[in-house]
Amino acid sequence: MSANMKKSRWLPHPFLSVALWLIWLLLNNTFSAGHMVLGAVLAIVIPILTAGFWQERVCVRAPMTLLKYLLVVLWDILVANVVVAKLILSPNRTLQPGFFVIDLDARHPLAISLLANTISLTPGTVSCDLSKDRKQLLVHALHLEDEAGTIADIKTRYEAPLNKVLPPC
Amino acid sequence: MEWLLSALILIGAGFTLVGSIGLAKLPDFYTRLHGPTKATTLGVGAILIASAVYFSLHQSLSLHELLITLFLFITAPVSAHLMAKAAIHIRTRSIQRTQNKPEFDSEHR
Repeated sequence: MSANMKKSRWLPHPFLSVALWLIWLLLNNTFSAGHMVLGAVLAIVIPILTAGFWQERVCVRAPMTLLKYLLVVLWDILVANVVVAKLILSPNRTLQPGFFVIDLDARHPLAISLLANTISLTPGTVSCDLSKDRKQLLVHALHLEDEAGTIADIKTRYEAPLNKVLPPC
Repeated sequence: MEWLLSALILIGAGFTLVGSIGLAKLPDFYTRLHGPTKATTLGVGAILIASAVYFSLHQSLSLHELLITLFLFITAPVSAHLMAKAAIHIRTRSIQRTQNKPEFDSEHR
């Protein structure tokens, strides 16, 4: 653990702890009291032991925006899956694959990785590379018709809410 | 209920099949990347929902399917990202009509 961390010593990452606890319960597929206690012990010990790997502070704002974001992403995955299935089954020559670059507004590393993950999860686009200064994300699209429109879509649908939830701090 | 679950499993299998077809027939490395990342989202998602509902109804509450979804949703994009990054790095060729190909190694390193 580095000396300059001013976080609470016992719960350096509350969100990580909650996530670990839930994952433990789900892994065991039970909500019995014994596993709840064991899970709680693990959820406290593991973040302390691994604190060195979690340097950046994560502060989650606007939980409702996060919830809405998750729903939007799920819906987009559903819709886009059908679109991509159609594209895959149509002849290859009608495809217009292409790369495009998104200029990122998000600054928090976690926000950027979540954005890149979302882009890859929603079918039709795969994030390929992040520039060294973390300001541009290179994306490959299976079928790129309206480059500016696609970029604007990604920025308003995914990046803006992520930025709101995970502001640089 | 059985019908609904069967439909979910068929939908999942269908999307996984389409993903595999994409892997086989798409023209270059970058487009082929799209096949598997798709199959894992809706294809596996539908099958896992069916599994969770079935076992929750017939045995006790079963939610660890959620974890499979979670881990897949975390790992699939990361592996796709790394493969794409590696492909760009070693200058894997993309098909001719790919729009604005990246200027290799100058900008995006």
